[in-house]
Amino acid sequence: MTTMTTTQLWCDRCGESATATAHPACASARQLEPPRFCPECRRRMKVQVLPVGWSAVCVEHGEIQG
Amino acid sequence: MPEILDQARTQVLGDGVGLDQAGILAVLNLPDEHLSAALQLAHDVRMRWCGPEVEVEGIVSLKTGGCPEDCHFCSQSGLFTSPVRSVWLDIPSLVKAAKQTAATGATEFCIVAAVRGPDARLMKQMREGVAAIKAEVDIQVAASLGMLTKEQVDDLVDMGVHRYNHNLETCKSYFPNVVTTHSWEERWETLRMVRDSGMEVCCGGILGLGETVEQRAEFAAQLAELNPHEVPLNFLNPRPGTPLGDRPVVEGKDALRAIAAFRLAMPRTILRYAGGREITLGDLGTREGLLGGINAVIVGNYLTTLGRPATADLELLNELKMPVKALSATL
Repeated sequence: MTTMTTTQLWCDRCGESATATAHPACASARQLEPPRFCPECRRRMKVQVLPVGWSAVCVEHGEIQG
Repeated sequence: MPEILDQARTQVLGDGVGLDQAGILAVLNLPDEHLSAALQLAHDVRMRWCGPEVEVEGIVSLKTGGCPEDCHFCSQSGLFTSPVRSVWLDIPSLVKAAKQTAATGATEFCIVAAVRGPDARLMKQMREGVAAIKAEVDIQVAASLGMLTKEQVDDLVDMGVHRYNHNLETCKSYFPNVVTTHSWEERWETLRMVRDSGMEVCCGGILGLGETVEQRAEFAAQLAELNPHEVPLNFLNPRPGTPLGDRPVVEGKDALRAIAAFRLAMPRTILRYAGGREITLGDLGTREGLLGGINAVIVGNYLTTLGRPATADLELLNELKMPVKALSATL
């Protein structure tokens, strides 16, 4: 599994552009949520939440963990 | 002191008999200045009829997303535009999650699947997963797999699943506003079969779905009638893309009133903090709830959202001098 480099082109919570506007509500919500969209390509990721941590996989850009 | 609290002191604290629907409603309608007294009484009830121990549980999603049901609060329904994608957890990762949970001192590990009810593939995964956990981890295994047939209930008993979670979610009169793909009665039927099998019944719901305060009281009374071993109390965490995604979060004081009211309705049940407490109550409210009738917590993350670090809850329990229930006490 490759490790994703996190170029933030898209908001990883709502999937909208991360460069056009700020996403303070998403940033706040993300403290208690894993990412859902790939920040590089906007694809929805396969996310598995575990009791400790989470993993999110983009079919194109690999896996990130938190 | 409001009359309802005097009544509860005699009836619930003294005799261990829960309040009826009218009494629950009176507690839910208490003005703010009497909230601390209600929480103190609920705490006294919990200490007398349950003791100081707190049951700690971890949960994990075995099958996430793609659910055919339309529970309006749920980001895992395949019928909404939620960003949650379908994913299955493999057995090694399931065992790892159980080990993570046991390492916190938890005695319960609940395996959850987003399904209407389990199919043959899911039951096979459960059988293999439960066996693998029991071989490697010293923890009680619970399950939440939706609606069951009698044969599936028997299979879960055979696997060694000791407790089954199936939430009624809300009261009978409001349920059709929340779920249209199955009925409240269908859920009740699964709960009846679980009860008859000898498994412990875990049944709660979510507050803040748009129900009235009267319907909140109705729900607590219906749970009390069911008399479950455990009641997980969730507060709506509005999920993007779901029909309830724009609903407001429950007010902290209303959440605390509900905790006190549910405890006074069910003096002997395990009343568990579940999802949504972080955004509804925050750290201060979490503490108040633990001193107001709560005697169990889900630690760590939830199914699709994240919780407080387990260490934060365990430190709080230590500070409150509430011992974590030992595994030996649950067997």
